[in-house]
Amino acid sequence: MFDFHIEPIEEKLSSNELYDLLIIGGGPAGLNAALYAKRKGLSVAMITKEVGGQLHNTTDVDNYLGFPLIQGSGLSKKFAEHVDKLEVPILTNAIVTSLKHEDNIFKVTVDRTDTYRSKTILLATGGSPRKLNVPGEALFTNRGVSYCTICDAPFFKGKHVVVAGGGNSAAEGVLDLVPWANRITLVHRSEFRADKIILDKLKEVKNLSIHLNTQILSVEGDMMMKGIRVLDKTTGLERFIEADGMFVEIGMIPDSQLVKDLASLNATGEVIVGADQSTSLPGLFAAGDITNQPYKQIVTSVAQGAVAALAIDKYLKLLGGTK
Amino acid sequence: MMFLNEEVQKQIREFIGIIERKVTIVLFTKEEPCDLCEETKQLIYEVKALNDKIEIVEKDFIKDADDVKKYHIEMVPSFVLLDHEGTYKGVKFNGIPAGHEINAFLTALIEMSGVDFKLDPYFVERIAKINKPVNIKVFVTLTCPHCSGAVQKAHRLAMSSKFVEAEMIEAQTFYDLSEKHQVTGVPKIVFNDKFDLVGNQPMDAFLDQIDKL
Repeated sequence: MFDFHIEPIEEKLSSNELYDLLIIGGGPAGLNAALYAKRKGLSVAMITKEVGGQLHNTTDVDNYLGFPLIQGSGLSKKFAEHVDKLEVPILTNAIVTSLKHEDNIFKVTVDRTDTYRSKTILLATGGSPRKLNVPGEALFTNRGVSYCTICDAPFFKGKHVVVAGGGNSAAEGVLDLVPWANRITLVHRSEFRADKIILDKLKEVKNLSIHLNTQILSVEGDMMMKGIRVLDKTTGLERFIEADGMFVEIGMIPDSQLVKDLASLNATGEVIVGADQSTSLPGLFAAGDITNQPYKQIVTSVAQGAVAALAIDKYLKLLGGTK
Repeated sequence: MMFLNEEVQKQIREFIGIIERKVTIVLFTKEEPCDLCEETKQLIYEVKALNDKIEIVEKDFIKDADDVKKYHIEMVPSFVLLDHEGTYKGVKFNGIPAGHEINAFLTALIEMSGVDFKLDPYFVERIAKINKPVNIKVFVTLTCPHCSGAVQKAHRLAMSSKFVEAEMIEAQTFYDLSEKHQVTGVPKIVFNDKFDLVGNQPMDAFLDQIDKL
């Protein structure tokens, strides 16, 4: 009847210790890096808002080898339990407010107060939902506009909801809304990018209208959102779609603010990494959705976490040995 | 049928094994109809069975008017936590803390028992300046992974200041209240029914809102 998602027991980080590696971010990339780093004997700790990261924003995962159709939170739990067995200290519910590099030491400040030190850093902070950046979107955020279907779908019981986007996240968003909304309209500015297997599931959804090649121009309403104005790019006609809510599922923007003055970023704010996940700053590595790798998948993030940890181990050995 | 299977029981037993002193859960329910009263009761009894420092006192929302008033109970199911001296420090849950909210519940039990959550001196200083009553409502859904973090911060504020009361509100159970506060995104954090924040915000953001009251 109820699921219970218990987070791992927090082990305290030490402000006195100079870690070999501090991992910022607790999603698939960070967790696998922790596993590999610990196995190499590095003194490693993790600082994260939530263990599992974006896995928790996904209801079902059906493309991770070995786990056909598992809940995102279920896969997160399996990852976390594996890391937990190695007793990696993890500071959760923590927001890193600054990252400094002084005298070849990285200093990580959490919630503007506690500071931790490390020889190397792995940045694996993933991303935040990308916004449409259209008039009315900010005004009606949390007044109808939402970016988390798994969190907020229950508020749209019996209502008409728009899903913006054409990738896997948008298609999965539609499926998350099926138990709640009485009508769903998917709007996307071009053609579908979602996997065929998910698109096939959409065909079974009743009360779903799909508007491709349709651009959202604005979100409108008074106290609450009342609908969206769209441009049908095929006919060139504008029209208003009445809706009680809209879930924006158009990808992520990298959470790279912390390193914008430390490492090279590309035009979209992704951290530029080499084949070994190193950045332009020696000792600073990055993995997962925050990097400039083109495909944002759980499995690619996990793999990058492993590569980063192994490269960090090598880097530390060249630097003069680990503890 | 038990809510907590053996594996989850083992995890919880380990999680709350560090409880230092007695914690009392005062549970308010009422006779039918009461959505999730029985389920909430069952859950807290299943958790109690995993640690002998947890006690439960049951109250009726209609019959125990004095207690309802004492703990500012406005809806059921609802429960508050009392420390080892039986003192109410403003930590309240409205609705069942299942799903991701189990973490907020277990953490509150641990911290109410006296386990220090080591608030940084910077925050201690800011919290010490609070000098008027503050009510913090944190609206959550059980599927929201970001919500329990917000509930935990609100509860820490309550435990750290005699002026602050902080309550988790499970938005689906208390749908009318959620509608009243126009909740369409969670966690929605409402301060004295006046100002609000959405998202698992840092402690600074909570204190900034309190300063505005």
